[in-house]
Amino acid sequence: MDIRIVDIAKDFGGTGALRGVSLDIRDGELIALLGPSGSGKTTLLRVIAGLEIPSAGQVLFANEDATNLPVQHRRIGFVFQHYALFRHMTVFDNIAYGLRVRPRAEQPSRQEIGQRVEALLDLVQLPGIEKRYPAHLSGGQRQRVALARALAVEPRVLLLDEPLGALDAKVRKDLRRWLRELHDRTGHTTVFVTHDQDEALELADRVAILNEGRVEQIGTPDEVYDTPASPFVMAFVGDTTSMPIELRDGQATFAGKRLMADIIGSVEGQTQLYLRPGDAVLVKPDPDDLAGTVLGVRRTATGRRVHVRLDPTATEIEIEAAASRNVSVGEAVGVRILKGRVFSAA
Amino acid sequence: MAAAIRLRFRRRSAIPGFGLALGYTLFYLSLIVLIPLAALLLKASGLGLRGIFEIATEPRVLAALRLSFGLSLAAAFVDSIFGLVIAWVLMRYRFPGRKLLDAAVDLPFALPTAVAGIALATLYAPNGWLGAVLLSFGIKVAFTPLGIFIALMFVGLPFAVRTVQPLIAEIDREVEEVSATLGASRAQTLRRVILPMLTPAMLTGFALAFARSVSEYGSVIFIAGNLPYVSEIAPLLIVIKLEEYNYAGATGIAAIMLAVSFVTLLAINLLQAWTRRFAHA
Amino acid sequence: MRDATATRRVAAVTGETPVARAVLIAVAVTFLGIVLIFPIIVVFVEAFRNGFAAFLAAFDDPDARAAIRLTLMVAAIAVPLNLVFGLAASWAIAKFDFRGKNILITLIDLPFSVSPVVSGLVYVLLFGAQGLLGPWLKAHGIQIIFALPGIVLATIFVTFPFVARELIPLMQEQGSGEEEAALSLGAGGLRTFLTITLPNVRWGLLYGVLLCNARAMGEFGAVAVVSGHIRGVTTTMPLHVEILYNEYNFVAAFAVASLLALLALVTLAAKSYLEWRYGGAIASAIPRR
Repeated sequence: MDIRIVDIAKDFGGTGALRGVSLDIRDGELIALLGPSGSGKTTLLRVIAGLEIPSAGQVLFANEDATNLPVQHRRIGFVFQHYALFRHMTVFDNIAYGLRVRPRAEQPSRQEIGQRVEALLDLVQLPGIEKRYPAHLSGGQRQRVALARALAVEPRVLLLDEPLGALDAKVRKDLRRWLRELHDRTGHTTVFVTHDQDEALELADRVAILNEGRVEQIGTPDEVYDTPASPFVMAFVGDTTSMPIELRDGQATFAGKRLMADIIGSVEGQTQLYLRPGDAVLVKPDPDDLAGTVLGVRRTATGRRVHVRLDPTATEIEIEAAASRNVSVGEAVGVRILKGRVFSAA
Repeated sequence: MAAAIRLRFRRRSAIPGFGLALGYTLFYLSLIVLIPLAALLLKASGLGLRGIFEIATEPRVLAALRLSFGLSLAAAFVDSIFGLVIAWVLMRYRFPGRKLLDAAVDLPFALPTAVAGIALATLYAPNGWLGAVLLSFGIKVAFTPLGIFIALMFVGLPFAVRTVQPLIAEIDREVEEVSATLGASRAQTLRRVILPMLTPAMLTGFALAFARSVSEYGSVIFIAGNLPYVSEIAPLLIVIKLEEYNYAGATGIAAIMLAVSFVTLLAINLLQAWTRRFAHA
Repeated sequence: MRDATATRRVAAVTGETPVARAVLIAVAVTFLGIVLIFPIIVVFVEAFRNGFAAFLAAFDDPDARAAIRLTLMVAAIAVPLNLVFGLAASWAIAKFDFRGKNILITLIDLPFSVSPVVSGLVYVLLFGAQGLLGPWLKAHGIQIIFALPGIVLATIFVTFPFVARELIPLMQEQGSGEEEAALSLGAGGLRTFLTITLPNVRWGLLYGVLLCNARAMGEFGAVAVVSGHIRGVTTTMPLHVEILYNEYNFVAAFAVASLLALLALVTLAAKSYLEWRYGGAIASAIPRR
């Protein structure tokens, strides 16, 4: 089912408010709501679920207005960050809950419920744990039981709030892949909230990046990473470093020195140049290049991250260097900027 | 030798004072509680099970025990129901006077029983504020079992409220929300999710209120009328037997009441163990 | 990482309808009003029924004064003793691991599950004229039952767990880390206790002492059994209230009772204040086991 969110606003008088959010979610899509805490991403998820009533705007489910549809009737599957399993019920009773609370006429028979629960436990790869209580499950198992419980009601959309947030790193990696496979197999329209950009980029078909109650950008992982729409997006989805430059007719200068860099975006005058650590290289000191002093070096998985202070200003940037390059703190180096990005002030 | 025993007995610790603290604790506990209770048990064992049974089946004793246990069960039951409502209202809703009411719940706990006793007796006397109203409906409270019931409800109420309150606070709102997303109405959520989560606490509150009610004396005797066979509670009968220097009779009744207290205590402990089965999900 | 806190959530999902809410509040308020509030009001209304002078006259009675003195004396003995015990017991239980700890905790709670009347009875059976030690005590001219020692003992018994129960969970929660740090810095055991442990539990301790004191001054059943009701000699305030009430001297009975009620109200107010001010630093007063 496709979902349209039109100009949604929600004001609490605190953080987490929404200020005019619009978003189209396509049928069968796996979409991530990415943003820092307080950006409104969870609020948006809760508005879609019907747990939160927006102060303005519309939510359309398959072109039908669902803004005022009570949560009970939306047929959504919601998985909370901490799962919210019913701790006094067995795994079986947890999963069967959504079927048992249906009006008697729509309720499946006992046998059907049993079969459905069994099939769902197979789907989430936890066969045979029906009789256990949530207290006796691991974090990853609880997560999957919560998912099975949400799937039991055959939801039109699956809403996951920080689905992997409460798990430790190793389990999180495994479950991430598993979630993607599950989505590919079942094809549910799925919206999930995360503050972890790796998770969003790896898992989602499209990523919506939220900041202070607004959508900064929505696009495929490639789009948001390679062509960020704002400094916020650029900084949020990957390592970003920046330096003040002056830009006149496409020609950039830093502290009076011309940059031979490929500048994306057009701004006139004083502005900030944003670059990924790989967008600049360390060279031997040379009058044609920028001069700088190494403040620190740290080893990364792929190379070295060099922290450089650019002369003559106090600007500090981070540059990616090959692991084979030996750099020592205090060393005078040349810095060549290859490319960067400027954003016109919004 | 003493050191060797202690090593097995407790885990080593850098903190001093274990011997002194535990020694004093055991000494004081024995002196004040254990030895006097042992004296009672000794006296009771002198009667033998048969002797206690004979005392318990004396018609007057039997009537008193029946009255005490029956009314205590009834009062604890009513307390549990209203305690749940009160705890829910105090924890979930905001209204003027809420904090005052919350504090007032502990009144029966803090108010000396004799004071509560004469206040209830006056309140429900035929010319009292509530007694007069009820009498106009033909309901006589003072000096009847109903009066005892009201006094027992008074002393048991804080237990029923206070045991449930922390569990309501613990309920994760997300559990209620997830129930709604799965299609449950509010009534279904309350019945299928909330109530089962609170049931163990309600049972504990019930047991505590019952234990307190059975043993209550001061709050009851003023309103009870204390008519043998009709409105005479078991603790009062102990006092009466003592005043008649019938130590055996007093001991017999006390032994029965102690036994009931311990069974209740045991039941509460089992209940808590059972509850831990699904703690922390 | 939750963006919305509980207070901001939509009431429709996790709350009752306004009508249901109003009904529940009305039920709770009415029930509490009738069951709890009315009795306390009655005490004061009856005490001042014949005016302030009549109220004061109740305290001109030397027996009333004796009762007040006796009550204060009993509390002044019983409360400190239980305080010392509470500190020792909670230190042993919270700071150390040893076998039988749970049994010990259960035994400390025992007096709460014994009828006040039985609490008095056990001392009569032990120290009374026909009690186990009765003949020996009589031979040595020591009177316990129907005298101050018996009243004090019965009071200690019924107020036995209050301080300990308050301190044990508090100390357990705080662990032994701070004490170990103090010891590692060279402080002695007593110094560690006085400068680290005691300040950490002071509000819980105060709370326990308040409850213990309220119960000590107000105890009726246990004291009634051991006191012998010798007017002006072995009658505490609650017993004096009983005597006055049974003599149909209602104003005087309620006047003395109002002092005890006031004590209860002050205790509750102090308790509410402590809970509000130092919420985390005190445990629940109600046995939750």
